[in-house]
Amino acid sequence: MGGHLNANHLLFLGHGALWTVGLSLIALIGGGIVGFVIALARISPLKSVRLLSAAYVQLVQGTPLLVILFLGYFGLAAIGLKMSPLAAASASLTLYVAAYLGEIWRGSIQSVPKPQWEAAEGLALSRTQRMIKVILPQAMRIATPPTVGFMVQIIKNTSLASVVGFVELMRSGQIVNNSLFEPFIVYAIIAAVYFAMCYPLSLFSQKLERRMGRGSANNLSLA
Amino acid sequence: MNIELDFPAVLERWPNFLGGAILTLELAFLATVSGALLGTLAAVGRGAHSRLITRICKVYVEAIRNTPLLVQIFLVYFGLASIGLKLSAFTVAVVALTINVGAYTAEIMRAGFEAIPRGQIEAAEGLALSRFQIYWHIILLPAVEKVYPALTSQFVLLMLASSVCSQISAEELTAVANYVQSDTYRAFETYIIVAVLYILLSLVMRAGFWGLGLVLFPRRRRLGTAL
Repeated sequence: MGGHLNANHLLFLGHGALWTVGLSLIALIGGGIVGFVIALARISPLKSVRLLSAAYVQLVQGTPLLVILFLGYFGLAAIGLKMSPLAAASASLTLYVAAYLGEIWRGSIQSVPKPQWEAAEGLALSRTQRMIKVILPQAMRIATPPTVGFMVQIIKNTSLASVVGFVELMRSGQIVNNSLFEPFIVYAIIAAVYFAMCYPLSLFSQKLERRMGRGSANNLSLA
Repeated sequence: MNIELDFPAVLERWPNFLGGAILTLELAFLATVSGALLGTLAAVGRGAHSRLITRICKVYVEAIRNTPLLVQIFLVYFGLASIGLKLSAFTVAVVALTINVGAYTAEIMRAGFEAIPRGQIEAAEGLALSRFQIYWHIILLPAVEKVYPALTSQFVLLMLASSVCSQISAEELTAVANYVQSDTYRAFETYIIVAVLYILLSLVMRAGFWGLGLVLFPRRRRLGTAL
């Protein structure tokens, strides 16, 4: 039993940290694509599309990510759809991130000043042209600080993938701890690594927010 | 492929689910109350004259906001055990969730404090209100009123996040789900039911906070602003 923390352990943790970054990127890209569709669907001229997307957001935001993960990994396997831990974690995180990013981006699109929409219409731009040429470029500026801030949430949430046996940073920490039985030291190291990944993003998001000076989607809920 | 769903077989276990849901609400309630206190203290501490106190509060908030809850729970669980404090999983869950939500509350409250116009505080000083009176009537209460919507959605998120406590075997709703599914072999139905229960719990909490807001902020109710 036991032994001391050595270079091999740290190497193993480093490997786990790489998978945390990988899973975060998968969740960001997958969730970003689906979330963009959700954001557009939330402001669609069709009422049924608006309702459906709103229901999706409410459902996902009312459920813990852990339950979504269990549903994707154990639940689907029980009805014959077996997925690998990586696939289950990626799919669950994508669905989860999409609901939140969709709401952030809808807020950003809607906070582009009204005259911009009217001016675009006055210039006889089609709906698609108005979106692509006038609204989205401005919405992107508004959306950047809260999106960067949400990336911190994504990185932290990937730690939950450990419960379905996906070996990212948290899981690799648990494995190392099982052989060393030094939980306090091992989890303190894990916490420090997460902090090193998240804190720069938090600072960057705050800096962007200050540069914008006003009205990020973060502050919408404070109105 | 032949998919057969049997919800009644899982719904039979409703006493387990009910117990888990009640424990989840208990966890959320205790952590909300103590986390709100801790967070408000930390937010007040950020504005203290002493640089040391300001530093400590900043480190606390940033350390918690930039690490996963799961890691925090494990650190509290094993950390307290290693200094000889043997606490129940439920107590550890409450402590960890309190520390966690306290940091988020502190950030929200700080935004509320910053939104109080400087002139109002000066006016209160001009009227010779004591430091405590100024803090309570001019800063704290109006700030809470301003950030109430943000605070309540943070507390609903906390209730959902309490699912992570299943990992240290606190017997809340998600832990119950894990137990029921391993007993009935009906994982899909179990987690669907639990997801629906969580959605119901978050609706209940939101309705509760809305009602509480109506009682706490009559001015806001008259103005018809969002709660």
